Amino acid sequence: MKSYERELNQLIDLYKKGDVKSIFGDKFANIVINGRKVIGINEIPGIKIKTNDIEDGIHVNVSIGEGVHINNPIHLCFGMTPAEGRQVIDSEFHVGEGAYAKFLSHCIFPNAKHIEHVMKSTVVLAKDAGMEYKEEHYHSESGGIVVIPELTAYLGENSRLIEEFKMLKGRAGNIDIKYLTEQDSNSSCQLLAKISGKKDDKIVIDETINLNGINASGISKSRVVLLDEATGIINSRVIAKEAYTRGHVDCEEIVGGEKVVAESVPRIKVMHPLAKVTHEASIGRIDKTKLETLMARGLEEDKAIEMIINGLMR
Amino acid sequence: MIFRIEELHFEKGGKEILKGVNLAVKKNSIHTIIGVNGTGKTTLASLIMGLEGYIVKSGKILFEGEDISKLSITERAKKGITLGWQIPTSFEGITVREYLNINNKDLKPEESLQLVGLNPTKYLPRLVNEELSGGERKRIELSSILSMKPKFAVLDEPDSGIDINSIHYIKKALLKLLEMGSTVLIISHNEFIADFSDKVSLLCGGQIIKEGKNKEVIDYFKNHCMSCEHVGVVDKGEL
Repeated sequence: MKSYERELNQLIDLYKKGDVKSIFGDKFANIVINGRKVIGINEIPGIKIKTNDIEDGIHVNVSIGEGVHINNPIHLCFGMTPAEGRQVIDSEFHVGEGAYAKFLSHCIFPNAKHIEHVMKSTVVLAKDAGMEYKEEHYHSESGGIVVIPELTAYLGENSRLIEEFKMLKGRAGNIDIKYLTEQDSNSSCQLLAKISGKKDDKIVIDETINLNGINASGISKSRVVLLDEATGIINSRVIAKEAYTRGHVDCEEIVGGEKVVAESVPRIKVMHPLAKVTHEASIGRIDKTKLETLMARGLEEDKAIEMIINGLMR
Repeated sequence: MIFRIEELHFEKGGKEILKGVNLAVKKNSIHTIIGVNGTGKTTLASLIMGLEGYIVKSGKILFEGEDISKLSITERAKKGITLGWQIPTSFEGITVREYLNINNKDLKPEESLQLVGLNPTKYLPRLVNEELSGGERKRIELSSILSMKPKFAVLDEPDSGIDINSIHYIKKALLKLLEMGSTVLIISHNEFIADFSDKVSLLCGGQIIKEGKNKEVIDYFKNHCMSCEHVGVVDKGEL
């Protein structure tokens, strides 16, 4: 049994025994959902978590009260132990004025053969609010999984959002990311996706950052590694509509297979003369100097490639 | 001699860059190659390490008596040869500690960083990425070479990007390499670096034209090489 599968099973068992606090303790808020069933919820002061059943999944509503700072990460564990099925998590995150929260989401599909995981999120950050959302995926090696993370984020004045999507174990399968931000003045966002695909995996990243208010800023950064015959398509856009808005699109795809298909389309649009947006994009093999540097320290070529890719995916 | 180059010729883009280089480096010594920009110094370093695109046209590169010119980079590194780049590259997601632990021969990362004047507590958790300054990156590169305890280290301008107050750390690291039994071949324009070498060779127009004691070769370089016909012989910068 894989370690992350064991972790999910342990979580499920502990929730069944009503002993989940032995893992997270009283200080950590958390939600554990296996398939279409809420296994457990732990609220802490300042956080309200509500769930209800929807078709093929669960609706989750998380609210952080005004001025509340949650110092410990809120753990979200969404997964499915069966090999087949569909899981829809329709979530809303409301972070009140001046509040801050950090979420660590583990999406675990250890036995996936024919699974579809849809994660639709709406994030609403009030004035001066802050939120970090780090999503880590653990999949089986079959590639039989479709993951559709969709995010629409509304960033109020002077708020900040950090959103990270990382594929940590197993095959990506078919990942189709759609992220959209609508940002008021002085708000900032960082959207980061790091995914490695192999065999016939397909990775699509579609991000749009709308800088609607004065001095709003946003960065869209994607790192995709494609091996064998994997496909990667990155469409990232920053639209700067107001004065002093600043945006940057940074796409890098590393290709390492004869049949790989990689496409990268960074798009930037400026609708105000005092706005500034930039972009950079690259598709290619692993940088020769990086590889040669590690080989000159004694690493075999394949180990050097592995170290560079692992670093890139962190 | 631990390292010899015999009648080494190299061409790039149909142009002969090295025209029969001969060089002999004594074991456990510091040997510096000086020369004007574009004379083929970095090309020579790249050929010694066997980097992509650097294939010997004719001649030999001998390490401990064996011709290594057909070996891969890793094979050369496993024999104890390494290269410190003039402009070290960056690595996204790799920490300084991890970098210094690659092929580490029992020199603790803390110790190798201290030798180049960097605070281990501050630098070990940092990433070897573009947030480091050129000078910091250069010193970390030297640390990683110290960690490797090489038999033969080729250092391409180890002093470039290092501020004047920190340059003594470069000397300290080079002396540590000697203490560990290493042999060091340096490519430099810096008189300070050349000055404490055991031997200096002057590369000009693709050949070693003068060798000897530091002062003698440095003085010759200063007096004869600044306006010589070979200046700018390679027209696309430092090859």
